[in-house]
Formats: sequence, structure tokens, C-alpha cells
Amino acid sequence: MAGQTLYDKLWQDHLIKTRDDGSALIYIDRHLIHEVTSPQAFEGLRLAGRQPWRKDSLVATPDHNVPSESVERAAGVSGIRDDISRIQVQTLDENCRDFDVVQFGINEPGQGIVHVIGPETGATLPGMTVVCGDSHTSTHGALGALAHGIGTSEVEHVMATQCLIQRKMKNMLVRVDGELLPGVTAKDVVLAIIGKIGTAGGTGYAIEFGGEVIRKMSMEGRMTVCNMAIEAGARAGMVAVDQITLDYVKGKPYAPKGEHWDRAAEAWSQLHSDDDSVFDQVVVLRGEEIEPQVSWGTSPEMVVPISANVPDPVAEGDSTKRTGMQRALEYMGLSAGQRISDIKLDRVFIGSCTNSRIEDLRAAAAIAKGRSKADSVKQVLIVPGSQAVKAQAEREGLHKIFIEAGFEWREPSCSMCLAMNADKLGAGEHCASTSNRNFEGRQGYGGRTHLVSPAMAAAAAIAGHFVDVREMAPVQAQEEMA
Amino acid sequence: MRAFTQHEGLVVPMDRANVDTDLIIPKQFLKSIKRTGFGPNLFDELRYLDEGFPGQDCSARPINPDFPLNFPRYQGGSVLLARENFGCGSSREHAPWALEDHGFRAIIAPSFADIFFNNCFKNGLLPIVLPEAVVHRLFEETHAQEGYTLTIDLEQQHIHKPCGETIAFEVDAFHKHCLINGLDHIGLTLEHADDIRAYEMKRREKAPWLFDAVQY
Ligand code: SF4
Repeated sequence: MAGQTLYDKLWQDHLIKTRDDGSALIYIDRHLIHEVTSPQAFEGLRLAGRQPWRKDSLVATPDHNVPSESVERAAGVSGIRDDISRIQVQTLDENCRDFDVVQFGINEPGQGIVHVIGPETGATLPGMTVVCGDSHTSTHGALGALAHGIGTSEVEHVMATQCLIQRKMKNMLVRVDGELLPGVTAKDVVLAIIGKIGTAGGTGYAIEFGGEVIRKMSMEGRMTVCNMAIEAGARAGMVAVDQITLDYVKGKPYAPKGEHWDRAAEAWSQLHSDDDSVFDQVVVLRGEEIEPQVSWGTSPEMVVPISANVPDPVAEGDSTKRTGMQRALEYMGLSAGQRISDIKLDRVFIGSCTNSRIEDLRAAAAIAKGRSKADSVKQVLIVPGSQAVKAQAEREGLHKIFIEAGFEWREPSCSMCLAMNADKLGAGEHCASTSNRNFEGRQGYGGRTHLVSPAMAAAAAIAGHFVDVREMAPVQAQEEMA
Repeated sequence: MRAFTQHEGLVVPMDRANVDTDLIIPKQFLKSIKRTGFGPNLFDELRYLDEGFPGQDCSARPINPDFPLNFPRYQGGSVLLARENFGCGSSREHAPWALEDHGFRAIIAPSFADIFFNNCFKNGLLPIVLPEAVVHRLFEETHAQEGYTLTIDLEQQHIHKPCGETIAFEVDAFHKHCLINGLDHIGLTLEHADDIRAYEMKRREKAPWLFDAVQY
């Protein structure tokens, strides 16, 4: 009999039962909650007179609606100016109080984007099943967990029953062999993967990311990759547990300690696909062939290397795709054949659950150091993913580098990733963004998003247009060379 | 949940691939803490010529005359005909809520994004996957015939076309059972409460570190 994949093992481990009709009940270990997709679920519990099945599995935080601007933010929940946003955050407060759910409140040290604080606090751990009413829950798969987004009805279902009704997905392995060239990051890897398999390429699959490039990648890089599994259509993305995983988890506030740690580490060491396991589909990329990526269209699969030109729809054989490309060019205000490096930026956003961790900020700061934002760029927002990331960056002095470069140093929130708070693009504005979605209107009505890595975003902020970050050596190094 | 057994409805074409849930219902409307009232903002950015805000009276807004949902011939439509990968992106259940609130009962497409597909069933909305060529035919017929309606029989898993032709479709047995009977998933799962408890006890022994409450 063939061995098991990582996904097979996680599934098996959490399977409560398979019902006669083939649907399965899967036990959920950790349920993360934020203010946007939970109010109707709590309301459902109330109406049915139900209580959460296991309150200690719930962790909540507000992130989507909270202001990033420090003065407004300092005033706490009652200071949120947008009435409807404030009500939503207050509702989370009330629900957490009424149902006795742990919440990292708006200005508490544990607060942050739900997918940043999970791994960072140890609230999400290897071997867990993790859900959240948010499609980027796939992020937590980087720890060797089975993590995916669910809808609000499912949020209510998991709260009430501790399980999810599911059918097993198929297995896909995305292997990135070889090594990455300098200046190429996890974000470029995942954009290249989506460019290759398409936004529906992973539909119906759980994707395991493997290969030498992933094995050498830091935990934060792996989170960036798993975060965007959903942009390839896969609900769940995951990476096998190795020493890098264990080193990352050890010592986190909610990670197991002492004897529990030893038992956990032993159990987690099994969380990898067996050598003789079989995947339904295998996709292979060469690390050396991946360049820094820039998305040009309105779907994450519309992405090209920085050295390329905006593609020509005429060359596309499939008519539905061709129409989609034409519509995207029109929306983005670009023309076929235009050089990517000629695209001028109005705003730059460095943040989101894809790229707002400390390594991301360090990468952006390395480029920004000793330089300043192009005059033509109206605004550069740096939004750390959590209070912990913000504090760490300030200890390292990164915030000073950003401020000196003319960037704005903000408070932890989703911010311009989806523009539910005050941070948004104006109609027609181009933005170099480290977030995960370039859909029409995502960052503001009529806004035009280009997805890039943090280093590429910082470089674009300085040049005023896209540049190959590899041509932009750190200022210090240049001085040393001179 | 509203039961779905048989439905006859006017078909509305949404001729575009990869329709994401941001497009189905833009984020500013996600600030609501209710499940209802999203219908007027369904496809907001395509449907109106201005930017929409929550709580606004949509009847006074300039409508986009080129968007099919606004065509007089498609008013009252309840079967949405769509292209591949419909509902991709964000997990927001506000997307099926908006579709349902507007009056849609079924969506036909060559493929759907996983989370959206699941969310539909929780809201009495039937997503039907048909081969690309079949969907293409339906688009042609919808465009060609004003008042083009389809009758969807979930029990039989058949779609009846006006010409008398019948198309068979697949549906997951569990979802079908719940939709036909309008069943609440939570109630059904709680019938297995003993199994959940038994599993939980074993898990607690095997991985006790998962059962310590997170406290800050
Ligand atoms: S940062 Fe963006 S993608 Fe991530 S959870 Fe927030 S809104 Fe969603």
C-alpha cells in the first residue's frame, strides 16, 4: 500500500467519522475569529440558544476594520470614526464577552492580523486543524497544519459542534527545486506558481509545497507561500514539519512546554509525506528560473517577471481568457507590450497577512535605507502585521528608516489590503502592493493593484515605477564598494 | 434554511470567467452585522455607475445600462448562468447572501471556487456544475431567446430546457438531502455528539497541549 501524504495524515488524524452519504466530520483544534465574518455566526448561536462547544479553541482579534492611523487608533474602539466599522468591532467585543471567548483587543499587545498572530503566539501549531472565516487561513499550513478558510455558516457550525462537514480533497504537490537567486523571495515563488497553474489550478486540492527551495525557506517565507494557496484555488496549502518549523515554534507563548514539548515535537516529526506517497498531481518549478514578479492584471494569475512586458491578449488562444485579459488591460489602464518597468505608481502598500512580518519589513527597510520616496508617489504605507511585529521593528529601528524615506509607519491592521478602513486607493491609481489580491476595486473603487514582494514594493516607492530590485544594491554596500 | 426541490426561473447571463466574491459584493458592505439586505448591492461595481456605500438608497443611483442584471428582459431572473471559477477569492458568505437576497435560487457554471460552492448550500442556493460546452450552449440560447427559463428538478437531478431537452447534473448526496429538506447542518451534526466527545477524549490523551486555554 502506498504511503500517506502530509494531508492524508492530517485528515486521518482528525476524522471523527464518515457518514453513509460519504460526507465526513473533521475535528477542529483551533478556530480563529475576526470581526467581519463572525457577527452573524454568534447571532445564530444566540437564536438557537447554543454555546460554543469548546471555548478554549477560540481566539479572536479585530483586524479588518481597525484604523491604521495612530491618532485615531490610540482612541481605541470608541474612537473609530467610521460608524459601521466601529459597530462591527464593538460587536466582536460584546460577543467575546458574552460567550467568554479570548480576544486580543484593538490595542492589546497580542492584536494583529489574525493570520499573523496565530503562528506568532503559538495559538496555531503543527498538526492542528485550523479554521477561520477567512480564505487566507491557508497561511497556517506553513506550520504543518491543515488550515483553511470557511464561510460564516461554517463558523457557526464549528463553534457549535467543534467539527466541519467535509469531503476529502485531492493531493497536489508543488515542488520548487534548486535554489533561488539573490533578490528573489517567497512572494515571487508563490506568484510564479500561481502564474503557472492559474487561479483555479488548485481547486479541489490540498497543496503541499515542497522541494529544496521550500525546505530552505524560513517559516515566514513558507507562510507567504501558503497564504496564497487560495489564490491558486486551493483551500489548504501546507509544508512538512522540519527543524526550521520546530525552532520557530519552540518558546512561543502558547507552544507546549517541558514534557509536553518533547511529546509534541516527537509527534510532529511524523508530519511529512511518506517517500512512497502518491499525489494526484505534481507541479515542478526550478528556483533559478524564478525572477521577481509583478502582476499586471485583475487576477493573481495575471503575473509576469519584472523583465517582461505586459502580455498581448491577441496571442491568447482561449476566447474566454482573451476577453478577460482585454477587460483587465482596460481596467488597469495598460497597453499590451508595455514594459512592466514603465508602470508608474501612485501609492505603495507594504503590509497584509501575506507580507507584514518582521522579515518582510526588514527586506523593505534594506532597500529604503538611505533613500527616499519618489516625489511622484503620493503615499507609501508600511503596516506591520501585529503589535509584536511593530514592537520588534521599532526595537530594530526599522520605523526610523521608513520615516526618513518619507514612508508612513502605521498601526497593525489589514489596512489597504482590502480597504475596509480609511486606507484606500483612489480611482485609477496604481499601487505596488505586497498583498494577495489584485481584483477590481479590492484596494479601493477603481484602484489598480500590482502584487509584488516587499523589496520590490520598496524599490518601486523609491523609483516611482517598477524596477528590478536586484539592480538596487543597498546604499551601505555601495558606499563600502566606493 | 429554505428548502429547494424544484425551481423554474428566468436565466440571467454573467458572461465572464473568474468572477470573484469581491465583485459579487464589495467589502464596504461586509461591515453589516446582519445576514440580510445585501441584494441591492449585488455586483455593486458592475451594476451602478457610482461608488456604493452601506446604508444608501440604491434606487436613486445611476445604473449601468450595459450590465445584464439591469436589462429589462432579465428582471426577476432567478437562475444565474456563469463562466468558470465562479466565486473565487474571499470566503465571504455575504456573496451567496447577496445572490439569494436578490432572488437567485441556482447558479450554473462550468466550475466554482471551493469555499463559495460550499457556502451556497448553506443558504438554499443550488450551484450546478455542467460541462463547458453545455454551459456555452445555454449562454447562446439565453442570449437568443427573450424570456429563456429553465426548470431545475433537484430530486431528479435534471434541468429541463424550454425546447424539451433535459440535462442531467451531479450533486453531492449530503448537500442534496439537506437542500431538499431545508435541514440545519448544526442540528444534524449534533446527532453525532457522542462520537465527537469520544474522539475528543482520545485526542486529549494523545495531544494534551491542544487543550490548554490560550490566555493573554
Ligand atoms: S490582510 Fe488582507 S487578506 Fe489578510 S486577512 Fe486581512 S484583509 Fe484578508
